[in-house]
Amino acid sequence: MNAYSVDHSHDDHHDHGPPPGLMRWVTTTNHKDIGTLYLWFSLIMFFIGGFMALIIRTELFQPGLQIVDPHFFNQMTTMHALIMIFGVVMPAFVGLANWMLPMMVGAPDMALPRMNNWSFWILPFGFSMMLSTLFMEGGGPASGWTIYPPLVLQTGDALPFLIFSIHILGVSSIMGAINIVATIMNMRAPGMTYMKMPLFVWTWFITAYLLIAVMPVLAGAVTMLLTDRFFGTSFFDAAGGGDPVMFQHIFWFFGHPEVYILILPAFGIVSEIIPTFSRKKLFGYSSMVYATACIAFLSFIVWAHHMFTVGMPLVGAMFFMFTTMLIAVPTGVKVFNWVATMWQGAMTFETPMLFAVGFVIMFTIGGFSGLMLAMTPIDFQYHDTYFVVAHFHYVLVPGAIFAIIAGVYYWLPKWTGNMYDEKLGKIHFWLSTIFVNTLFFPMHFVGLAGMPRRIPDYAVQFTDFNQIATIGAFGFGFAQILLLVVVIKCIRGGAKATDQVWEGAHGLEWSVASPAPYHTFSPQPVFK
Amino acid sequence: MKTLHKTKFGLFGLLAYVTSSSSWADWELNLTQGVTDISRDVYDMHMFVLWICVWIGVVVFGAMAYSMIRHRKSRGSVPAKFSHSTMAEVIWTVIPFGILITMAVPAANTLVRMEDTSDSEITVKITGHQWKWEYEYLDSGVRIISSLDPDSRQAASLNSGIDPNTVDNYLLEVDNPLVLPVDKKIRFVLTASDVIHAWWVPEFAIKKDAIPGFVNDMWTKIDEEGIYRGQCAELCGRNHGFMPIVVHATSEDEYENWIQAQLASTEAEAQSADREWAIDELMERGEGVYGTYCVACHQPNGQGIQGVFPTLVGTDMVLNDLDGHINVILNGVAGTAMQAFSTTLNDADIAAVVTYERNAWGNDTGDVVQPATIKDMRVQ
Repeated sequence: MNAYSVDHSHDDHHDHGPPPGLMRWVTTTNHKDIGTLYLWFSLIMFFIGGFMALIIRTELFQPGLQIVDPHFFNQMTTMHALIMIFGVVMPAFVGLANWMLPMMVGAPDMALPRMNNWSFWILPFGFSMMLSTLFMEGGGPASGWTIYPPLVLQTGDALPFLIFSIHILGVSSIMGAINIVATIMNMRAPGMTYMKMPLFVWTWFITAYLLIAVMPVLAGAVTMLLTDRFFGTSFFDAAGGGDPVMFQHIFWFFGHPEVYILILPAFGIVSEIIPTFSRKKLFGYSSMVYATACIAFLSFIVWAHHMFTVGMPLVGAMFFMFTTMLIAVPTGVKVFNWVATMWQGAMTFETPMLFAVGFVIMFTIGGFSGLMLAMTPIDFQYHDTYFVVAHFHYVLVPGAIFAIIAGVYYWLPKWTGNMYDEKLGKIHFWLSTIFVNTLFFPMHFVGLAGMPRRIPDYAVQFTDFNQIATIGAFGFGFAQILLLVVVIKCIRGGAKATDQVWEGAHGLEWSVASPAPYHTFSPQPVFK
Repeated sequence: MKTLHKTKFGLFGLLAYVTSSSSWADWELNLTQGVTDISRDVYDMHMFVLWICVWIGVVVFGAMAYSMIRHRKSRGSVPAKFSHSTMAEVIWTVIPFGILITMAVPAANTLVRMEDTSDSEITVKITGHQWKWEYEYLDSGVRIISSLDPDSRQAASLNSGIDPNTVDNYLLEVDNPLVLPVDKKIRFVLTASDVIHAWWVPEFAIKKDAIPGFVNDMWTKIDEEGIYRGQCAELCGRNHGFMPIVVHATSEDEYENWIQAQLASTEAEAQSADREWAIDELMERGEGVYGTYCVACHQPNGQGIQGVFPTLVGTDMVLNDLDGHINVILNGVAGTAMQAFSTTLNDADIAAVVTYERNAWGNDTGDVVQPATIKDMRVQ
């Protein structure tokens, strides 16, 4: 029959707990353990990347250079981005997928448990390598996370280490994605047809295909950088017949689907949470699925909207402008569906719902600035200014990060068996929301007023808004310590959670005990 | 930027007033309308799209807010049973589509006009270097190098102790501004010598990358005389934030006079290269050249930045290898930020800066390099 039932017949230790001690975590093939590892890793990286952001914001508190050299400033912007993208958002989503996907589809574990272990455990090594570049001759990479040649080829000893670490992160992501696809395709419980899968499963299914499609493209691009630097090729060197612009095309062919990799699972999480706390079914389930697929498809044909100022034929610029604007349609459908789900529900506002509602509003603000950026003639004014910085931080911080935090609060009682401290959770939400807007909203203004991004020092008329942003950055950063406190408190104890946890929650994951036993669904459930 | 028209509107204005302001604050909130036909078009389109977004936001967030207030469990709301409506789905797919078309049509029109560089009257070639701009007037052959003003440069060094608020146009002033006439269609062709830069003046609403090995073009036609400031808009290394752009838009007469004056001074320069220079003269000029072209990497004390930019103090090349020293300046070092200066600097400049480097910071070699020597080496 299918792989899953064969696995079951050989499973002779499904009643045992995990082995004790550190080796449990090193050798584990259990999806819940690996999910936990991913989530802790992501949280640690969140604080490291956040610390770098605070260095950046401290330097930008006032004009003039006070604390760091511009070269180190550039290293900070570069590393902050690489860590937040590859070390925080992506691993957090994979962690949530590991924990929840098998329980949502009624599978006992991920389809490929040993590969699962490996795909996590190469991550800490990849990031150790990447972070170690900061201590090398010439410092870490300082050319921005977009690593455009020829600038990136001026990097010192750090370059090969950066490239190899990107390879490692790519391998990890691809393995994680294959695992997720294999699990969803083969291990769904009887009755769980594709169009009955929870939306978090659907969005991850599509995200996994995006990952498999584009991570090899990034790997190819950075490998060409490597050979350009060390083996005498000239893929990107015009003097040798190469083309520096080609790198940008290849990079953004990866990079644009990548930004949807960073947001589609967030759509999934929010689509789980809003129905639960509205006590009403998700509005327009099938249109949500189609909209996700549509966004994923469009993500492959819009990449050059990151490159309008690079110079391209008029027809090319128009094509990329129109396709980019088109993304507003399926994204709008999603937002309207969330609002329609809330409409005439019976809402309560526990912390996960607060973060989910915050997500919808602030992600939409990021979507608006995205629509403005899509229009080529005005993009010439916005491109590479703080307006862009405001845009992508709105979709990534109160967007992706808020959704991840919402998911953590939502599923924490299922993971630990205890309710988290609701009061602290709410304080965490309000502090985060107030400060995240203090941090990023003024960036729209300085961007429109003409402040370029990636500069360590600025003309004095930008001072006030930068000071407000820096105050917001510290507030937001320190508010996240509350998240750590809530999680630790919840692990150590608290009111016992019921199996269903939330009054309005439906789905297989809420049918198992809280905390979820080490092995779930050993007798196969049937989904009705 | 002081010339910008100030626009405050609705909610955004409110935010500005609730926070304290200091005397020099501009509280600039919005895009400039600029001083060209295109820039006003771009501004109008920006406002049009902004207001569309605001209104969509009002509708969507309004519906959410209403729902969150009315449809709460604590108010006894009973969840409805509906979970889809084909009619609603069609409406909120079609209406956004229609809105997008109303935005796309004017955008496409403006784009077509922006991309049409034909029938230009003046062509200026812009070359980006780490970290300065080179402007070449292709019609008259005038060539100038434009880099950050020394006052700003001094104030912008780490812990300089100089308050940037006391520096005029901090980080937005250059030594040699680009001079352009008003009411002429000016075509820019852009390229770069080392890494990718981007040339941007917000008042003209044009921005384009300067890419090594590529030639891009764009155009503008300035309506009002004045001084317009911009910055490099593509990360280009350590001093990306320190290569501003300043344009003096003048009347056509003033522009012609300026061009003639530039041609005359270039001629005088060329003749001075043939005579013998005294060491003091070379040292003085060399210090100036160093302060403009070299100091960003090699630092005011000549010691560079460890691991990034090499020191010039007490090295074998500076003390013993004169030909090698000149060669590096003329031809650069491949694969590093050290570019070739053979086209950027004239013979007297190179002679002066080599003399300066070999006698400053305790190097004290006593070497005196004459412009004629550089001239000979160029031939080789």
